[in-house]
Amino acid sequence: MAEHYKPTKYKAWELTLEERFQEVYPPFSQRDAVLEANRCLYCHDAPCMVACPTGIDIPTFIRKIATGNVKGSAKTILESNLMGATCARVCPVQVLCEGDCVLHADEKPIAIGRLQRYATDYANEKGIRFFKAGQPNGKKVAVVGGGPAGLSCGGELAKLGFAVTIYEKKVWAGGLSTYGIVVFREPVEVSLAEVKMIEELGVTIRNGIEIGKDLTFEELLAENDAIFVSIGLGNVPEMEIPGEDLDGVHDGLDFVEETKTEALNTIKFGKRVCVVGAGNTAIDCATIARRLGAERVTMIYRRSEAEMPAYHFEYEFALKEGVSFMFLTQPVEILGKDGKVHGVKCVRMDLGQPDASGRRRPVHVPDSEFVVPCDMLIKAIGQVKPEGVISMLTPFGIETEKGYIKVDEHNRTAHSKIFAGGDCIRSHGEASTVMAVQDGKIAAASMAEQLVGVARPLAEAVSKR
Amino acid sequence: MPDLSIDFCGIKSPNPFWLASAPPANSGYQVQKAFEQGWGGAVWKTIGAPVLNVCNRYGTMDYKGSKIIGLNNVELISDRPIELNLKEMAEAKRNFPHHAIVASIMVESKKEAWQEIVKRTEQTGIDGFELNFGCPHGMSERGMGSAMGQVPEYTRMVTEWVMEVATKPVIVKLTPNVTDIVLPARAALLGGASGLSLINTINSVMGVDLDTFELQPNVGGKGGHGGYAGPAVKPIALHLLSAVAADPDILNSRLPISGMGGVETWRDAVEFMLLGATSVQVCTAVMHWGFRIVEDMIEGMSNWMEEKGFETCNDFIGKSLPRVSNFGDFDLGFQSVARINHDKCIQCNLCYIACNDAAHQCIDLKSLQITDEAKERLWPVVREEDCVGCDLCSRVCPVDDCITMVEIDTGRPHITWNELVKSKPEVLEWEEMEAYRETANIHIH
Repeated sequence: MAEHYKPTKYKAWELTLEERFQEVYPPFSQRDAVLEANRCLYCHDAPCMVACPTGIDIPTFIRKIATGNVKGSAKTILESNLMGATCARVCPVQVLCEGDCVLHADEKPIAIGRLQRYATDYANEKGIRFFKAGQPNGKKVAVVGGGPAGLSCGGELAKLGFAVTIYEKKVWAGGLSTYGIVVFREPVEVSLAEVKMIEELGVTIRNGIEIGKDLTFEELLAENDAIFVSIGLGNVPEMEIPGEDLDGVHDGLDFVEETKTEALNTIKFGKRVCVVGAGNTAIDCATIARRLGAERVTMIYRRSEAEMPAYHFEYEFALKEGVSFMFLTQPVEILGKDGKVHGVKCVRMDLGQPDASGRRRPVHVPDSEFVVPCDMLIKAIGQVKPEGVISMLTPFGIETEKGYIKVDEHNRTAHSKIFAGGDCIRSHGEASTVMAVQDGKIAAASMAEQLVGVARPLAEAVSKR
Repeated sequence: MPDLSIDFCGIKSPNPFWLASAPPANSGYQVQKAFEQGWGGAVWKTIGAPVLNVCNRYGTMDYKGSKIIGLNNVELISDRPIELNLKEMAEAKRNFPHHAIVASIMVESKKEAWQEIVKRTEQTGIDGFELNFGCPHGMSERGMGSAMGQVPEYTRMVTEWVMEVATKPVIVKLTPNVTDIVLPARAALLGGASGLSLINTINSVMGVDLDTFELQPNVGGKGGHGGYAGPAVKPIALHLLSAVAADPDILNSRLPISGMGGVETWRDAVEFMLLGATSVQVCTAVMHWGFRIVEDMIEGMSNWMEEKGFETCNDFIGKSLPRVSNFGDFDLGFQSVARINHDKCIQCNLCYIACNDAAHQCIDLKSLQITDEAKERLWPVVREEDCVGCDLCSRVCPVDDCITMVEIDTGRPHITWNELVKSKPEVLEWEEMEAYRETANIHIH
């Protein structure tokens, strides 16, 4: 057998733990990338570009890959989206750019996400920097929360000459990109490289600083010309059923975070795992558990397949990973033995009349109780709204909408110096990294307009350079 | 099953697919292997003057992930001993008596030299000769190859020398590196040639390395022109073939033509034959894929002939020649417009931008939605009254049969340019031309 011949391992049990947590999609080789790029039709006024919340000029960056101008390709991407490397991995491309690709109907859409990853990785591996801090304009901005929205806003402001400080309560910036995206979708290094790029633009990032504890909005307002609030959301809420305090009951986001920050072989997992919820984080938890080695992973969701909030491709991924689903099933009690999880008592559900969200309301089926044995239960039923921070903001006149911070189309709050963006303002629409990045851009343009009188289109154009 | 066999000025071949005189026909081993796999004939790699080869010998044109859409070479004629070539020719002919073996020859411009090699080679029992008047590199600098083919007088002279002694048919191979290929073709005819073959390779420099600044092919840091072949040259070959085949002198002489230049598939072969080629020769495609491609060539052509009701190759050889015409004889009254099938359109809008930036600005982007519920992407719509019928939009459209050019009757007179200037020579002045356009219902803005 030739030395270069390396058989593809495709059976999970043939892979080492580390291999199982490599990125699911391998990077494109140069040849793959060029071939795929050449498949792009280079549409006029391309629909993929219209579908991108950050408006990346997708046909142009793809053409640049095809011509061998990969550096220029990365620049085109990052001009519109400083978090291009993260978005290349975590964007729900199937419902955004690739979903609108004109080749979607008759053949395969162009693999825009993977091409974007090819170009941004190229620039990152070569350490190429495209932007530098603008001429200082004497204005100071504080950013609260160093996730994608905060980093994007800080980076764009730095390009315009603002002095920006990002306050991040965690050890690393990057928000969910660093802590909340399952590692086989986005390795931590990718997110941290973006953080580094923002810092190199002159943005100061202060980690381990929590608003309300280490400093207050009063102090920030006194010292800064504007504040951008991008605090994201909180942990997974309580299920409000008995047994939640048992050993073996985990918060889904914490579980994902462990795989990003701890050595894989130190992460505890059960043999039989139940995941409650059916959103994208729930899928992440279930697939992580499988890849760690859990024998049976069951997702429990009170509505049916049709209502599940996870993207369809994530659902398919979970099925492929061997995760089983119990739809129309609601946990009513977590059962324990010696203080440890032993099983979860559930009831069957039926779908009744549509509720406020338009989805059919699940109702209990009488006398349908049964127990699903498990030794680990992960709850992933959404995230709580950041009530604590919002209560600190209300004295400044900040309004809320369904528990989220209320902003106008320019991401301005009711207070003239306070702007907000990211998941904490997402009262409607889907929370996603790419939307957060765009929020940061919008807020940066608004601040530039307000503080230094740069007309919005000009601010946007400057920030694009 | 249709009969694919051909008779090329007495050279019989079970099918029209011949290996061209080139590296794939360098040895008895290769030629016999090719025959085993189905090739009908082979023009042996040119023998003659003594040579020395260089490395590297090839440069390629690769396009959007496709390798070798064009191939350039600086390899010379056979560098193997003549005796060995002749011995292998005889052996191949013995083993494959019903296949066509043509010896390609090239020597210095001396009557004795040409006549001697003809006589020596004939003893092997081969079926005919091809005179290499086309090689554009290495040999041409020594006064051979295209240096002969580029001067009609030389072409005729050497052909005459050969015809004096040859008892087998003689094919003259023409170079495309001339201003008008019909002139050397007629010279070969006057010299008494039994057939023609074209095209030899085209002068070319393949490229420059952006890092080392070296040329491709790179011979120890230097490069120069080489002969260009492969799929990319097919349109040039088809033009030159049609120019020669449709020439009244050649047509009347019924001189058979062996066509080549970018033949890769049976479809290419059929096109060459429709434009008058009796056999086709293949080199680059074999260099890329090997001899095995011939199986599909035979099968594909047979299927096509069956479908069209052709029993022999002669039923369709030259069938498109009557259509070979000139601009001055085209119908100025033929008018077409683009129609876009919106059921097939995928809204890439490439037709729009091509028409708008590079043609006549007669495609608009319009909303075709009936309700305003969904924000719909705009559709390309042709403004037919302004469409000049250039056909660019359908050429850029990535969807089959989405944009079609539809013939319409505008009431324009059906007249050719030659007829027009004969009957109304005054249209050669702009003022008169504009007056004529008014009467002919031609409005250009």
